[in-house]
Amino acid sequence: MKNGLAISVSDLTKRFGDFTAVDAITFDVKKGEIFGFLGANGAGKTTAMRMLCGLSLPTSGKAIVAGFDLYKESEKIKKSIGYMSQKFSLYEDLTIRENNRFYGGIYGLTDRQIKDKTSFMLEHLKLESQADTLVKALPLGWKQKLSFSVSMIHDPQIVFLDEPTGGVDPVTRREFWTMIYEAAHRGTTVFVTTHYMDEAEYCDRVSIMVDGKIEAMDKPAELSKQFNAKGMAEVFVQLARKAKRSDN
Amino acid sequence: MSTAVKVEHVFKTFQSGKTQIEALKDISFDVSKGELFGLIGPDGAGKTTLFRILTTLMIANKGNAWVDGLEVMGDYKEIRKRVGYMPGRFSLYQDLTVEENLSFFATLFNTSLEENYDLVKDIYVQIEPFKTRRAGALSGGMKQKLALSCALIHSPNVLFLDEPTTGVDAVSRQEFWELLRKLQLQGITIVVSTPYMDEASLCDRVALMQDGKIMDIDSPKGITGKFKKPLWAMSSADMYKLMHDLRADERIDTCYPFGQHHHITFKDDHQEVNPIENFLIDKGHKGLSIEKIEPTIEDCFMELMNR
Repeated sequence: MKNGLAISVSDLTKRFGDFTAVDAITFDVKKGEIFGFLGANGAGKTTAMRMLCGLSLPTSGKAIVAGFDLYKESEKIKKSIGYMSQKFSLYEDLTIRENNRFYGGIYGLTDRQIKDKTSFMLEHLKLESQADTLVKALPLGWKQKLSFSVSMIHDPQIVFLDEPTGGVDPVTRREFWTMIYEAAHRGTTVFVTTHYMDEAEYCDRVSIMVDGKIEAMDKPAELSKQFNAKGMAEVFVQLARKAKRSDN
Repeated sequence: MSTAVKVEHVFKTFQSGKTQIEALKDISFDVSKGELFGLIGPDGAGKTTLFRILTTLMIANKGNAWVDGLEVMGDYKEIRKRVGYMPGRFSLYQDLTVEENLSFFATLFNTSLEENYDLVKDIYVQIEPFKTRRAGALSGGMKQKLALSCALIHSPNVLFLDEPTTGVDAVSRQEFWELLRKLQLQGITIVVSTPYMDEASLCDRVALMQDGKIMDIDSPKGITGKFKKPLWAMSSADMYKLMHDLRADERIDTCYPFGQHHHITFKDDHQEVNPIENFLIDKGHKGLSIEKIEPTIEDCFMELMNR
């Protein structure tokens, strides 16, 4: 990443039969940037994100993620990124410590590293007393903060967050975003999707996908100006209302 | 009778291993006939438990509740004929088609799609192009519309919707609320839950729930009207640093990020804003903007949480 780019994508396309899920999207994400990846249900966000994580091969186009080529080096990409989603994160029937050991092991950390990481994380999250508690017994807000930390146990260059804050209370949601800010401040690139439009405004830049294409991309404040809108919610609705394909 | 839902001192506890979870702690409220009433709160607030008690699927440990004038325990069979319920988790038959699901639910209630077509028309036309598709193969938005159609097929007096807009994009959410307003015009009482605070303002009245308790019940205007502290919106070129600097200052009571601004309250209600501004300029903040604002429901929710 000599050029300071964490992600560099040009004309990235994914077709399923005659359906073009992702239609020649082009964008860059800078190192340490918080990049909001927005779009209506069915716009193609998940497909694009799966490609960027090395889980699905593009039909055409180019992409460099964490300095690696998407076609040739997807295994290296997987080692260099973290992923967290509300749907899948931690193992509920393992304790906090066990989850750490499991994920640390998967990413090839040494026992020493896992031990250090775990104690640092527990201290940082003030969860020392809960280290041997089953994850399923934890409140949702803790689980979310914890799974964000676990997704970064291997110090990834980029962390992908797929609707990370669904369902949590407004105070916890803000604590979570403070953690995102901190991670970005330390140089981690954050790539995040959300349906909360106020959260879109916490991002350095956002892109909005409509029908497989990126229809707008800029700083939130610039987009509001450009679309003569009060905030990202209005910008989003103006753009997404134009969508021809529904989420089918 | 003008009360559609009445809840009196309801308690509900669950046993989970060795620990007892108090899901509902002394919940009381009324919903008037024809009202659009919102239960606003995060996961774990007790919204779903409350819905299950009101739809006669679960029994409260203590307290009582009435729906459409009928008691939830004694008259559960009659209540089930009169309410529509859309659970948070998609609960239709995945391997039946859209059409088959609708006719299944219609048959259960001795009715047909044709008989109540006026009521479901607005929603049904949107899923009609996919009527031969299996429900399991529908997208999230379409599943949601099918579930709502099924909940309405027997023309219920009271409609219970548990987080119908969770995980749905901003445009679909807006359209869904427009549909609810139309249903309300047809005289249906609607109780709807949501974790999205901005949706509270679309209800006639709301109950703000957290940890099994109702923190406040009022109209959205009534709730924001109770926020007594002066509230300020601040922004600068470096929002992260701004938050740190403000939180470290002893004159600041709360500082929460709110989209493009941070919302700030001072410990002293009479605190002048100029010294704060000068302090931030001294800290090197560029492009500083400070403005006094009206609170949103979310500001009020957090204020109530912190009490």
